[in-house]
Amino acid sequence: MYNMPDEKGHFGPYGGIFVAETLMPAITELNVAYQRYMKDPEFLAELDEDLKHYVGRPSPLYHAERWSKELGGAQIYLKREDLNHTGAHKVNNTVGQALLAKRMGKTRIIAETGAGQHGVATATVAARLGLECVVYMGAVDVERQSLNVYRMKLLGATVIPVESGSRTLKDALNEAMRDWVTNIDDTFYIIGTVAGPHPYPAMVRDFQTIIGREAKQQCQEMTGRLPDALVACVGGGSNAIGLFHPFIDDSSVKIFGVEAAGDGIETGRHSAPLCAGRPGVLHGNRTYLMSDDDGEIIETHSISAGLDYPGVGPEHSWLKDIGRVDYVNITDNEALEGFHALTKLEGIIPALESSHAMAYVMKLAPTMNSSETIIVNLSGRGDKDMHTMAEREGIKI
Amino acid sequence: MSRLKNRFEELAKSGRKALIPFITAGDPNPDFTVPMLHALVESGADVIELGVPFSDPMADGPVIQRASERALEHHMGLSKVLKLVAEFRKTDQLTPVVLMGYLNPIEIMGYEAFANAAQRAEVDGVLTVDLPPEEAEECVALLKARDISPIFLLAPNSPPERIRKMDAVGSGYLYYVSLKGVTGAGHLDTEDVKRKLLEIRENSNLPIGVGFGVKDAETAKTLSAIADGVVVGSAFIRKIEENLDNPENAKAEIIALTKSMRQAMDS
Repeated sequence: MYNMPDEKGHFGPYGGIFVAETLMPAITELNVAYQRYMKDPEFLAELDEDLKHYVGRPSPLYHAERWSKELGGAQIYLKREDLNHTGAHKVNNTVGQALLAKRMGKTRIIAETGAGQHGVATATVAARLGLECVVYMGAVDVERQSLNVYRMKLLGATVIPVESGSRTLKDALNEAMRDWVTNIDDTFYIIGTVAGPHPYPAMVRDFQTIIGREAKQQCQEMTGRLPDALVACVGGGSNAIGLFHPFIDDSSVKIFGVEAAGDGIETGRHSAPLCAGRPGVLHGNRTYLMSDDDGEIIETHSISAGLDYPGVGPEHSWLKDIGRVDYVNITDNEALEGFHALTKLEGIIPALESSHAMAYVMKLAPTMNSSETIIVNLSGRGDKDMHTMAEREGIKI
Repeated sequence: MSRLKNRFEELAKSGRKALIPFITAGDPNPDFTVPMLHALVESGADVIELGVPFSDPMADGPVIQRASERALEHHMGLSKVLKLVAEFRKTDQLTPVVLMGYLNPIEIMGYEAFANAAQRAEVDGVLTVDLPPEEAEECVALLKARDISPIFLLAPNSPPERIRKMDAVGSGYLYYVSLKGVTGAGHLDTEDVKRKLLEIRENSNLPIGVGFGVKDAETAKTLSAIADGVVVGSAFIRKIEENLDNPENAKAEIIALTKSMRQAMDS
């Protein structure tokens, strides 16, 4: 049976703890708390209650009949994480980590964000628990996701635009790490994806696997069997691992992780470390990265801020190496086709991140027959992307 | 015997403390670095910490981040930094040089290739900020086999068992990070540092260098009373940043600051 990581946080050669010494005691403290509370029935019951009544779980599994018919192949089922409170899967994790922060007696929450979904989900739970909240966001992302910046501010968070480096998600992560090092005693760092030093990749995964556990049960109920394929977009990879993980031992289920190819892998302007990168160490873990021959991190590109990251969760690196998951890629233009298809045919506007998964389904479904099923993770809704879309299509709003 | 060990033994014999300047290789341009290193030695530096520029310096404050960015505009990657060390060695066989940076450039070069290249360039120590001892076994073994010291950081919140661990895997000296924060940050409380150094000494016989937040001659003097070495980084790099249009000015100001620190530490 698949059982990763080991007690040191390793997924094969990946993962681990690669941080400056000042962070080590905090990471040890977090790991002890995580090990303890993930087995604590009272903690788990409180988490379940919050997921049910605050987040709105379970999220539906929706049979996209019209889209399936149009593509003329497999039956497509959407896991509707877009219907969660705050509009994406991110809240599954922030609710869990915030409960943990409260148990640990931390009074201040920090987070990094790319598209702003994780920032909003963090500001939301911080508001609910009355905790101070500071969100770091690359200055480029602050501009292209201004709606989410405003949401975070309404929720009482301080949003700090990060002007260093490429001024995107990776730089926001650097800055959050610097804050954490400086304010280690009272601060809990809620990382939004399955990356960072151990225990984050395992912990965030454990909070996100609710997606896959529900989907498995719902699929059984609706079709009487397991799905034939799973599809999810991969930036850091938290929505993907959340869907994939409960199916890893089900060898009949094909699994596809979709990276952002930006302008195209061959142009070098992309965010696809699993498809076109190499292993290295960044942000506390060893994983596939986009770095040059000197080991400097390369600037990434994607139309979706949430996928615009040069690394990926270490468990995905392992799942790639052992061949359990196929990592594929979708360009900006293809993602836009996915965006429009779902919007027009099903009346559901997906986030640009999730649109990458939709675009891959458009390639995959026609190669399968109509008795087969695909579950695709609709990880977030597209409201936040209206400005980006309008600008791209030359429309003023 | 290694240059680092020699240097700390000589200093201990003469009752002096090590002045350890840090500058980022290639900042503000590649031609600046080697002459600057020689000038630092002439002005009283005992050990050199040479920063390997990295695109994502997570443990550094804004001053050293910008130094990295300036150096990377000149593509000053790890292999070029090693060339600078080799050049420095042509005329200075005595001063230990410690590379300080992040793990990814070493990972991409490959541990063994890096250890060999560092040996050829006559590097004396390697301090990798994001490589704690738990993950360092392979790298440490390769370095030690070539008589290069792996140097580890200790923080204000490092418990005694961690100090013993660093003592066991590290060599050359231990680098005590004097505050919870990034390089160049806030003010440092010398009483706190004093207490922690006593605890470190109970658990290790390695020399202790103290850094992060040493801004002036006075702080350097206070610390040299309790530590074996004082590391100064951001204060020097600020001089470079203030004189980007005139690097020779920066050099003169760094020399003056080094001399004032040396004098204060020896008085």
